[in-house]
Amino acid sequence: MEKTYAEINAKIKAGQAVVVTAEELIALVEEKGLSRAAREVDVVTTGTFAPMCSSGAFLNFGHSAPRMRMQKVWLNGVPAYAGIAAVDAYIGATEVPEDDPLNNNFPGEFRYGGGHVIQDLVAGKAVRLKATSYGTHCYPRKELETTITINDINEAFLFNPRNCYQNYNCAVNTSNQTIYTYMGMLKPRLGNAHYSTSGQLSPLLKDPHFMTIGQGTRIFLGGGAGYVAWHGTQHFPSIQKDEDDNNLGPAGGTLALIGNLKEMSPKWLVGTSYIGYGATLSVGVGIPIPILNEEIALYAAARDEDLYTQVVDYSDGYPKRIPGNLGMVSYAQLKSGKIMINEREIPTAPLSSYPKAREIAGILKEWITEGKFLLTEPVQKLPSPVDGISGKALQVDDRC
Amino acid sequence: MSPKKIVLRFGPDISDMPIIYRLVKDYNLMVNIVKANVNPQKEGTMVLELTGEEYDQGLDYLRNAGVSVQALTQEIVRDEEKCTMCGACTAICPTGALHIERPLMEVHFNLDNCVVCQLCVKACPMRAMEVRL
Ligand code: SF4
Ligand code: SF4
Repeated sequence: MEKTYAEINAKIKAGQAVVVTAEELIALVEEKGLSRAAREVDVVTTGTFAPMCSSGAFLNFGHSAPRMRMQKVWLNGVPAYAGIAAVDAYIGATEVPEDDPLNNNFPGEFRYGGGHVIQDLVAGKAVRLKATSYGTHCYPRKELETTITINDINEAFLFNPRNCYQNYNCAVNTSNQTIYTYMGMLKPRLGNAHYSTSGQLSPLLKDPHFMTIGQGTRIFLGGGAGYVAWHGTQHFPSIQKDEDDNNLGPAGGTLALIGNLKEMSPKWLVGTSYIGYGATLSVGVGIPIPILNEEIALYAAARDEDLYTQVVDYSDGYPKRIPGNLGMVSYAQLKSGKIMINEREIPTAPLSSYPKAREIAGILKEWITEGKFLLTEPVQKLPSPVDGISGKALQVDDRC
Repeated sequence: MSPKKIVLRFGPDISDMPIIYRLVKDYNLMVNIVKANVNPQKEGTMVLELTGEEYDQGLDYLRNAGVSVQALTQEIVRDEEKCTMCGACTAICPTGALHIERPLMEVHFNLDNCVVCQLCVKACPMRAMEVRL
């Protein structure tokens, strides 16, 4: 059995495509077996809603009279990068105002940052724009202040260089004090364990070999339609194995995503603040997986029991970049609310919203079922585990 | 004299001390335990209603024993619009007032179990938990 993108799209247009969420596929495979499920289902939808720090938006403000080559730009007091053409800027999710107390009064609150600016823009709220420059013959103006909304400016598109992590560490703290990390507040002496994927609903856990998710794949992004632009930064996909060579599911892949911010919603792009760490943006992403053959269905039907992550100590091993972990745990164990580490029972909690992930997979299913969303065949495949890419470490001058 | 509600918080080192017994025996206080979350060797919290002449002395005793004592005049509320049900608060909340309902993984907030420790106010990345006076 092989299906093509064109065949599936024809069925979508005719309102005859069979679309199920990744959760529903798991139940279907259990009920009918893999072969029958793979034959019957055309598309599987996935979803994730979690903080994704490597996110941001390119904006073009339009020209003032007289014109200005904006050299420095602030939106609601948050600096945006303007080292590109005249009135373009990039507002990054983790940027915070220059007068933010940061971690000076530890732990800092990071109440408002770039992620919050993006949410306010998407919500249609008025945002204060301030810019300065040095003045040129063609761009004489040296400063301006005004108020904009997303509808007043030319372009606004999200471009997130590293989203949708395939898998992520489960974070713990073995030290004697509370630590504040991008994995949340971690209590001393293994007081809690935090994880951050939607497990069996998570897009890249369901396509470990990047058989269908590639450059140009149309996706749900922030409540609108977006695209996979490229592989993400730090895209080092691999298949995890235990000592006995058992498959523990994939890890390491990331995606660079792009989409029109003007079509998105503040429900799916939420400004987020991690105490003692910083500001960021929670992003909703959903990716459709066409069931072209049985192998694709097999991977898409992976259950929480089949997908593992490593437990990492964020008080020592992680910050010092010491390799190794405190063990592997499955998403079924993590979701149960407790895991065993060093023969102790540790309470677990997610940072990634499973209810929202399910909602996204449901919305995408609805879009496709109603014929509003067609699938795209990747114009180019992304690097996959067989390519064996691994991360490079940064060497630092000894004197520093 | 009407009873006063207080919240007690204590570290693992004093979770084994018979503090309630002392309040009754040494300070003649009437004690009503509204909520208790005490486990040996762990951090604990308790909400008490206290009545009696030696109320202030009883509180001094608790503070000297290393227990943090606060009047319960505040309430914690969740902004349902802002909460994304991420779950980040659920292993931080010491009493299970914020907890996950399985298998749907929805985050529920049970005000009755809240001891107003305010840890969730700091830990919630969406700033959905607020103190109300
Ligand atoms: S941390 Fe905040 S947003 Fe997340 S579930 Fe708890 S209250 Fe809701
Ligand atoms: S204040 Fe928050 S963390 Fe503390 S008990 Fe109440 S709900 Fe739990």
